[in-house]
Amino acid sequence: MNIVVLVKQVPDSGSERTLSGSDNTVERASADNVINEMDEYAIEEALKLTEADGGEVTILTMGPEQAGETIRKSLSMGAHKAVHVTDAALHGSCAVQTSAVLAKALGTLEWDLVLCGAESTDGQVAVMPAMLSERLGVPHLTGARKLTVDGGTLTVERQTDGGYWVLEAQAPAIVSVWDTINEPRYPSFKGIMAAKSKPVTTLGLSDLGLESTDVGLDNATSQVVEFANRPPKEAGQVVTDEGDGAAKLAEFLVGQKFI
Amino acid sequence: MAEVLVLIEHADGTVRKAALESLTVARGLGEPSAVVCGAPGEAAALRDRLAEYGAAKIYVAESEDMVSYLVAPKTELLAQLIAEKSPAAVVVPSTNEGKEIAGRLAVRTGSGLLTDVTEVDADGTATQVVFAGAVIVKSKVCTGTPIYTLRPNSVSPEPAPAAGEEETVEFTVSDAAKATKILDRVVETTTSRPELTEAGIVVSGGRGVGSAENFAIIEGLADALGGAVGASRAATDSGFYPHQFQVGQTGKTVSPQLYLAAGISGAIQHRAGMQTSKTIVVINKDGEAPIFDLADFGVVGDLNKVVPALTDEVTKRKG
Ligand SMILES: Cc1cc2nc3c(=O)[nH]c(=O)nc-3n(C[C@H](O)[C@H](O)[C@H](O)COP(=O)(O)OP(=O)(O)OC[C@H]3O[C@@H](n4cnc5c(N)ncnc54)[C@H](O)[C@@H]3O)c2cc1C
Ligand SMILES: Nc1ncnc2c1ncn2[C@@H]1O[C@H](COP(=O)(O)O)[C@@H](O)[C@H]1O
Repeated sequence: MNIVVLVKQVPDSGSERTLSGSDNTVERASADNVINEMDEYAIEEALKLTEADGGEVTILTMGPEQAGETIRKSLSMGAHKAVHVTDAALHGSCAVQTSAVLAKALGTLEWDLVLCGAESTDGQVAVMPAMLSERLGVPHLTGARKLTVDGGTLTVERQTDGGYWVLEAQAPAIVSVWDTINEPRYPSFKGIMAAKSKPVTTLGLSDLGLESTDVGLDNATSQVVEFANRPPKEAGQVVTDEGDGAAKLAEFLVGQKFI
Repeated sequence: MAEVLVLIEHADGTVRKAALESLTVARGLGEPSAVVCGAPGEAAALRDRLAEYGAAKIYVAESEDMVSYLVAPKTELLAQLIAEKSPAAVVVPSTNEGKEIAGRLAVRTGSGLLTDVTEVDADGTATQVVFAGAVIVKSKVCTGTPIYTLRPNSVSPEPAPAAGEEETVEFTVSDAAKATKILDRVVETTTSRPELTEAGIVVSGGRGVGSAENFAIIEGLADALGGAVGASRAATDSGFYPHQFQVGQTGKTVSPQLYLAAGISGAIQHRAGMQTSKTIVVINKDGEAPIFDLADFGVVGDLNKVVPALTDEVTKRKG
């Protein structure tokens, strides 16, 4: 089966992240940008499926020019080709607009399955697969910790608070995955070399039949009005346990009325 | 006053705390109308509680289809209600299901969506805490009917008795909304403790707890305090505690009154899930662990000694 994996480039959650002072959008230019961790699990799942049953894996990314690095990493893991949607007009797009762009881009590709991460670490909105399902009129099986493909029938264990739900739908469909689904591979040296010559198609808005008024900060369905970095917490009281640590902590909890 | 639609989360015949919080927030924007979806007969038990917490109206849509298919039927129902009632806003809980419903609804109705909000002002401006709690953002919706998903534990539910007038919605689920079947709901772990994201007190253990068996001391403290148990990813990855109790960027986001972290170093990804807790207490043998930066009260010491001793102190004081 042919699979498209949606991959997003995000600022590294381990480094300092902020918004841009000029237009309140996520600061991407100066950030350490990495592949959204959960998307690596989606790539791994796609590779496993195509290695078993044939078919090609295509990476689809919408993002600025530097997202090309993320695409290379995805290709070095073993994906076959990639589509990079990039256009200056896309800057500041909201999730609703992004879903419109990704839906159009998916329309230019042939696929039986779209795989993506359950959530991105910058926006943490976890809405993209559901939005794409709404736009494309195909089912979504979201939050998978396990995916089984049997002909055209897809079965997913959807992770829930106390266990899981069993979901079933027919391909073509969209599946999003959590980090419990597999263990992503590291790119091999051979994979890294091969990635350099794999095809990457770059598409702009006009290639997708979209206008600049359909996307971007000025036309977004929601906007950040202001932001502030949260002040660092005031230093609390720290004691070293000399047999009395628990008693002191209990005193504190009593003072705060937790006991 | 304009209506505000509130999608009600309920389970086993009771209204979830998250739904009461949503009703409380909705009151700041207009007159709350509760929207109850469920299997036939489920709504009746919820009426009194919804009225007590401010639902002027209760729209009821009951059918097996609501519980047999994923997300899409509820989206269709809300879209129909938006078209019929022209509400000022829609409030949905920030659960995985809630966010998916909200996302589909935003696309379907051409509306703006703000997820994981912690507060909404009367003019519709919402507050979000992003980047592991490092940045506070105020956002507004520019198009359509504003849709908010409310992060659990952000506000305390306040009663405000209202009419709670029930109205059955004429509604049929389309075939298109029946594409993803829910074949089964499997419960793997049952706990008598409060739900992690709703709990007022959370006691979490990390790699420092050392083993699955030793998590019993974390559970013991949680039970003494009447709290929920959480874990770091190092603890869940090591098999010390089930995955669904993981707190952090790729786990649950919690914001309790009291968060107690034992044997957790305080990696940014863990902080992402607990940083907005009101009071943070730390037990760690390494005084240099970054988690101490967040502590209102910290004990440098061995959790194997401090945690059981604290459990004893709590039990003693509670008498
Ligand atoms: C993309 C990504 C997503 C992630 N998501 C999450 C997430 O959602 N949640 C999460 O928690 N992590 C997450 N992580 C992992 C995170 O980076 C840390 O590895 C993890 O939080 C560490 O867990 P820990 O603090 O229990 O373990 P460690 O960092 O190993 O810390 C153990 C602590 O226990 C203390 N200790 C040991 N023995 C004792 C004792 N006897 N008494 C007292 N103290 C003791 C030590 O001093 C140490 O500070 C993620 C990582 C990545 C890359
Ligand atoms: N700009 C984008 N380009 C490609 N994939 C995306 C983009 N935004 C979101 N996704 C995909 O949708 C998933 C969920 O993201 P989100 O809804 O932003 O939390 C991510 O893990 C990606 O797989």
